[in-house]
Amino acid sequence: MTPHFGLPEFGFLLRGLQWTVLLTLVAFVGGCTAGLAVALLRTCGHKGVEWITRIYIGIFQGTPLLLQLFVVYYGLALTGLKLDAFVAVAIGFTVNASAFLGEIWRGAIQAVPRGQTEAAMALALHYSSRMRDIVLPQAIRISLPATIGYLVQLIKGTSLAAIVGFIELARAGQIVSNQTFQPLLVFGVVGAMYFILCWPLSWWGSRMEARLALASQR
Amino acid sequence: MGYTLDFSVVWHAMPALLRGCVGTLSLALAGMTLAMMIGVAGVAARDSKAAWLRALVIGFVEIVRNTPFLVQIFFLFFALPLVGLKLNPTVTAIIALGVNGGAYAIEIIRGGVQSIHKGQIEAGYALGLHRGQVFRFIVFKPALRAIYPSLTGQFIMLTLTSSVCSAVSAYELTSVAQRIESDTFRSFEVYFFVTFLYLAISWLLMLGFAVISHRFFSYPTR
Repeated sequence: MTPHFGLPEFGFLLRGLQWTVLLTLVAFVGGCTAGLAVALLRTCGHKGVEWITRIYIGIFQGTPLLLQLFVVYYGLALTGLKLDAFVAVAIGFTVNASAFLGEIWRGAIQAVPRGQTEAAMALALHYSSRMRDIVLPQAIRISLPATIGYLVQLIKGTSLAAIVGFIELARAGQIVSNQTFQPLLVFGVVGAMYFILCWPLSWWGSRMEARLALASQR
Repeated sequence: MGYTLDFSVVWHAMPALLRGCVGTLSLALAGMTLAMMIGVAGVAARDSKAAWLRALVIGFVEIVRNTPFLVQIFFLFFALPLVGLKLNPTVTAIIALGVNGGAYAIEIIRGGVQSIHKGQIEAGYALGLHRGQVFRFIVFKPALRAIYPSLTGQFIMLTLTSSVCSAVSAYELTSVAQRIESDTFRSFEVYFFVTFLYLAISWLLMLGFAVISHRFFSYPTR
């Protein structure tokens, strides 16, 4: 007998949603940390280092997220480490996020007026204080809409973990769909769950973008 | 037990992989064509007088942009047969890519149209240009120039996104790679190499788009 889409199935999707959120959070926090390093290296002033980070970012921007996941997933398996599927995909998304956030923040750091850096240098502030107290606080403000935009990308991107077999929301949807033979209903609900997660963030991001644009006009 | 990398499987599968590249590019090109049609129609509907039509377009754009492509393609994969369209996976993938890219194209094209000021069109008429000339030199080319970077960027994004179409086993590079992987069990080697094929594709596309932009959209300097 085929089960119909009922409360137990809905509960299963909700548990998938939990994993989607958890995966997104882990990758976002990890990606923010590594991405900050990438952004700082990308703007450090040393030609060789800037060139290497530029290639690093270019590789992630020029290849499909799905293939990046495959390479990390099967590459980690080769090292002989017995990693949980969650850890493997979380590492994959973190690396991807580090490149994209690094590029976003690179742009933001360079968008901070040059006079700010020069003034800080004139005040004899050293690099760490110049970055921490002068440049980064302004850069973060500038980068916020794009960072939120990437967060939405990341939430949607975690659905690809389904293809390597990790059970998050999209994979949970596939499983329930195969059990109930109600694919339209199931994927409709799954889509709605993603929408509820992403839409407020998108809205917040575009509102902030409009406000920043208004502020820079003055 | 150590594992030795063996890239010879990739070498043997080269012809199939290159055909896969052509498959990916055709898929992306067909998807982008559909996306552009949806984009132009969407912009017209987005600024129409009928409120329900405007709401429909806004809703479409928001839904597509805030849900994953994987869920969209699964939904279409099951929904299209219900409305009587029994299509092969590759055609389903083209429709999914077109619908997804269309939502982004609407926003991009709309930005281009809005970048043309009404005063410029009036100025064109005042200079004695006729309708065709005004459209060609004052509306179409500058608007295209304004949206060209986002549009070509969108095309590269669509090419990369098309790898997800392997989930419904459409014919493209990633599904070719998956077949080779299941024949040889050399997962890492195959996917590692295919990743670089994608990188080569996107770099070639970027280069090509830059050449086109230089040839057609650079401002006369003399």
